[in-house]
Amino acid sequence: MLNIVVCIKQVPDTTDVKINPKTNTLIREGVESIMNPFDRYAVEEALRIKEQHEGKITVLTMGPPQAESILREAISMGVDEGVLLSDRAFAGSDTWATSYTLANGIKVLGKFDIILCGKQAADGDTAQVGPGIAVHLNIPQLTYVKKIEKIEDGKVTVERLIEEGYEVIEASLPCLMTVVKEINEPRIPSLKGMMKSKKAEIKKISAADLDVKAEYLGLDGSPTQVVKIFSPPQRQKGEIFEGEVSDIVEKISGVIKGIN
Amino acid sequence: MKVLKGIQILEDKCVGCQACLGVCPYDAIYMQGKKAKIDYDKCTLCGACVLKCKFEAIEMEKKAGFKSVVSLEDAKGVWVLAEQKNNKVQSVSYELLNKGRELADELKVELTAVLLGSDVKEEAQCLIHRGADKVIIIEDTTLNHYQSGPYSAVITEIIKKYKPEIILAGATTIGRSLVPRLAIKLNTGLTADCTALEIDKKNKLLLQTRPAFGGNIMATIMCQNHRPQMATVRHKVFTEATEDQSRKGEIIEEKVSSELLNSDIVLKDIVEEIEETINISEADIIVAAGRGIGTKENLGLIEDLAKALNGAVGASRSIVDAGWVPYSHQVGQTGRTVCPKLYIACGISGQIQHLVGMQSSDVIIAINKDADAPIFKVANYGVVGDLFKIVPALTKQIQASGK
Repeated sequence: MLNIVVCIKQVPDTTDVKINPKTNTLIREGVESIMNPFDRYAVEEALRIKEQHEGKITVLTMGPPQAESILREAISMGVDEGVLLSDRAFAGSDTWATSYTLANGIKVLGKFDIILCGKQAADGDTAQVGPGIAVHLNIPQLTYVKKIEKIEDGKVTVERLIEEGYEVIEASLPCLMTVVKEINEPRIPSLKGMMKSKKAEIKKISAADLDVKAEYLGLDGSPTQVVKIFSPPQRQKGEIFEGEVSDIVEKISGVIKGIN
Repeated sequence: MKVLKGIQILEDKCVGCQACLGVCPYDAIYMQGKKAKIDYDKCTLCGACVLKCKFEAIEMEKKAGFKSVVSLEDAKGVWVLAEQKNNKVQSVSYELLNKGRELADELKVELTAVLLGSDVKEEAQCLIHRGADKVIIIEDTTLNHYQSGPYSAVITEIIKKYKPEIILAGATTIGRSLVPRLAIKLNTGLTADCTALEIDKKNKLLLQTRPAFGGNIMATIMCQNHRPQMATVRHKVFTEATEDQSRKGEIIEEKVSSELLNSDIVLKDIVEEIEETINISEADIIVAAGRGIGTKENLGLIEDLAKALNGAVGASRSIVDAGWVPYSHQVGQTGRTVCPKLYIACGISGQIQHLVGMQSSDVIIAINKDADAPIFKVANYGVVGDLFKIVPALTKQIQASGK
């Protein structure tokens, strides 16, 4: 019986976020909030572990009240329980305060064996919260996991992606893993799952429920601060090569030669 | 009634221009009468509206919070965490030394590189040739290959001893696993994947600029009250520092207590999957294929061109999902972010998820039969045409010219 916690995040659908080049502002009309795409792989992997080893899966998110929707989505995929860490005191958290809050949220959930996270969130792309939680909980950290080879005798063996290929590493439970897309193909929620998720009760945890210090929370507990936001320099409109294949090839090779 | 919830709109200053509405990524500001209002259920205190408001009508309150292990007063010097594999320094470290030198000169402080490994003295000398004033090395057989536990424990100790003000590291699988650990252990901030780093003229702080929201926005971040200020940078964002064999510097051999070297994981095997082509993160030239190549067999055309150019093969998500190309070649949001000198996109339509992974390439050439394909919006040079004719002809031309 394994207790698995999956940390997920609600993010704006980045494919929709655009900048109006004239006013230099975000165009977010119709921008939906979705479950961070990488977290879907973490949820799926938890379900697969449970199928093989028995256990209970809790999904945990920190966010405003409407983040509840991604917890329900995870429940519709088959997760047992959803927990929302929500408090005005958490607002403005950078990755430091976020990992501190999530780690403390995990502590109050009780005994845990495996913590799963996506490799990074699609809105910030930092990949810092997973390792941060592992340090706060003082447990082994396995990042960029592409395959769980086995879980037995209180140990997990995984394949972990590195630039040149992969490592095979082993760690004792409890441990934290961040997973990459290659690890699985997330399932589509079943009709039964969707019915269940609608009725499921979401457990809500506020700052008062945690054993935390205020100076480590939210904006105050965040060492980094955004001081400026701007739109990326627009690429100039490119040149189009036309004509016979030989002409085009000539032009392209000219460009290539110009690159040192 | 004023509700103090970290942020508030000062009604007497708000002119109702609605600029803040447009900049909020969370749709948390609305108009009531002619004044902006904040929906506190949605607001995440990201501060985008505060930065946007020209009338100083939005106030955000931030208290000092916790203290970093290294104090503001003590912190001095710029560090680069050098990376080695098989005791060979990786090129990203030379890129960081280039930027690190610039920052150190601006601050008039020393540039120090830190290198962990089992036999790295000779390589330490290379770091001096590339701009480091000092190199701190820690040698032990357990440090031969990266492991999160020992690496973060050892570097934390060294940072506590020497107290640098700035630390730069590569945004590699090592850097992105290691530096977040240091940030927590040292109670300080970290900014990932910076694309620009400079020193603020006034307060001498590090301005760290990075893309957010899939590259749709750039954000400049500061770590004002905590030290060291830490940033990771991807491969190829900065150019390598040039080598100067006559440069002199000091190599400091640090010893650490053996308990720091204990690892909570067991490294059982390293499987290298080097294929015929080069790793896409490190390649200067990438030839990438998308759905437009039609079949897996046609991939050969792309590989031939990549080989002729001494480049790597990249791929769009669709052909990776189809199983034509291994995942390690995938460029884009769920794959790798690359910034080579030249990116040739063949038969790639250019979904936003792909574009965010390659749009910072120096030069982009797109070949696609659909003139309306979004890839042409980011391409410096576009060819609306048949890749099956153009690519093989181009390969021949390149081979013939010997480039």
